[in-house]
Amino acid sequence: MSQPANPTAAAIRFDAVEKALAAQGKGRVVALRDVTLEVPPGAICGIIGRSGAGKSTLLRMVNGLERPSSGTVTVAGHDVGRAKGAGLRRIRRDVGMIFQHFNLLASRTVYGNIALPLEIAGLPAAEIRSRVSDLIARVGLEAQAKRYPAELSGGQKQRVGIARALATRPKVLLSDEATSALDPETTQTVLALLRDINRDLGLTILLITHEMGVVRDIASDMAVIDAGRIVEAGPTHDVFVSPQHPTTRSFLSGVTGINLPGFIAARMQDSRPDGPAQEVIRVTFSGSHATDPMLARLASEMGTEANILAGAVEEIGTRPFGNLLISVDAAKGAAARGFLDRHGLMTEVMGYVR
Amino acid sequence: MSANLIGLLYDATLQTLYMVAVSALLGTLFGLPLGVFLATSQRGELMSAPWWNTVLGLVVNAARSIPFIILVVAIIPFTRWVAGTSIGTTAAIVPLTLAATPFIARLVENAIREVDAGLIEAARAMGATPVQIIRKVLIPEALPGLVLGLTLAVVSLIGYSAMVGAVGGEGLGDLGIRYGYQRFMPDVMLAVVVILIVMVQLVQSAGEWIARLVDKRAPRNRGG
Ligand SMILES: Nc1ncnc2c1ncn2[C@@H]1O[C@H](COP(=O)(O)OP(=O)(O)OP(=O)(O)O)[C@@H](O)[C@H]1O
Ligand SMILES: [Mg+2]
Repeated sequence: MSQPANPTAAAIRFDAVEKALAAQGKGRVVALRDVTLEVPPGAICGIIGRSGAGKSTLLRMVNGLERPSSGTVTVAGHDVGRAKGAGLRRIRRDVGMIFQHFNLLASRTVYGNIALPLEIAGLPAAEIRSRVSDLIARVGLEAQAKRYPAELSGGQKQRVGIARALATRPKVLLSDEATSALDPETTQTVLALLRDINRDLGLTILLITHEMGVVRDIASDMAVIDAGRIVEAGPTHDVFVSPQHPTTRSFLSGVTGINLPGFIAARMQDSRPDGPAQEVIRVTFSGSHATDPMLARLASEMGTEANILAGAVEEIGTRPFGNLLISVDAAKGAAARGFLDRHGLMTEVMGYVR
Repeated sequence: MSANLIGLLYDATLQTLYMVAVSALLGTLFGLPLGVFLATSQRGELMSAPWWNTVLGLVVNAARSIPFIILVVAIIPFTRWVAGTSIGTTAAIVPLTLAATPFIARLVENAIREVDAGLIEAARAMGATPVQIIRKVLIPEALPGLVLGLTLAVVSLIGYSAMVGAVGGEGLGDLGIRYGYQRFMPDVMLAVVVILIVMVQLVQSAGEWIARLVDKRAPRNRGG
């Protein structure tokens, strides 16, 4: 999502995209404003936002289910927003899509559902048979090939959805909350399948979700959308390490497992009160930084005792990433932060408690 | 009951079956595409043609609000033009078809509208043309509803077919009126009613059986 040298190199590119929708009684609703975003080929890009933020609208522009009111959407060099008829249908065969509620045909078996996009593309029957068999094997549903969707579990249905989306050998896969209807364990197996597909087929995946856990688990890049605007975008690890926008932070606090203990959160205030107080600091570290020695050195070298309020270390991509909430005497706060910053940790003042 | 009367009942049953079968077939032939069009042509839909949708919707409503017996009489010139005569079993097929077509169109429209919009979206995302979406998604997915709708239409046609006796159509209804009522032969009347009940019952059961057979939406009952 950085600016590449060659603008056509991006797999998906939004350029100053706006989308206004006619809403009943409310005149027009602007669902997207000035969205500019690039997804590099082979990336798994996660877009996260609250309900109604415009995620689905954004995703549906990639295969022309929605058209921008202004701006351009480009997929593999094709201007989707202006394509029509046969040209648009050809682009759509290069873009697979999976859905929260699977959208499988109840009247077709697993085999028949996966064959559908190939029948639509007009492939010869023998070719359809061999491709569908391969796809069924790839998603591990050999035993269910002749079953109808009503006889499958949610996870199996989504596997069918994924196989169907891959049938036309697309370059891009779109996922609209594909794991939101699944339990956590099944979510993990579906995400693992998407990761394998991304690796084996070099497919670019654009997925939207309202769960930061999904982004953390599979996305190489991410963007945060809030009220129709992209408020933050970049490699997932970078965004996790130094979130800039409040919306990103609130999503992160849910997933990093570091929330302030209630009795502190309730007493926290934004400005430093008069008299003795504690400064609450978020310390973020990535890579191989060890924290305990740093806090020990803070005490021995600076004479500042830090209280640990909450903390967690996890893996994003392949890199460890940690988050620690500490409090120090407010009078020594600036010096403590300076010390930690100098030693490669990132700090941020969360507030003060008396 | 004399052998003669049994022969009459047998012939009348065949005539009713013939009228109902042919008009149901023709009504489906015209009603299915009309219903599909009504279900897919509102603004923003697959075959968006809002003006045509409104016009055809009005025509269908108008046709359905005419009482059948009046329709039969009112279109006698048209019937004569199409069938060459306005009297008899074949001629009766014309008003029956004309009544069945808008009825079936509405039933088809309802069944098609029941199909989850998500499936249309998925098919569009695959690059399907509107015709492909209708043939490969909407009709197969609506099939259980379509079968039940057609069953309802056939049952109604059995009832309608009894009225065409009034304009010289034949069949069970005509027999019941001429012998059972006008010549006061209650056994003929009873036989006609029993045959009609059995006919409706068989059509209804067969329709429901087929609808269940093509309905894959619920898991198969593994116990039975
Ligand atoms: N067909 C429509 N007509 C009018 N307004 C719409 C339409 N579809 C979406 N909107 C509005 O556009 C905005 C963005 O909707 P969108 O579906 O993209 O949100 P989302 O981020 O996908 O939300 P969710 O997480 O609930 O799926 C919302 O304010 C919504 O009310
Ligand atoms: Mg959505």
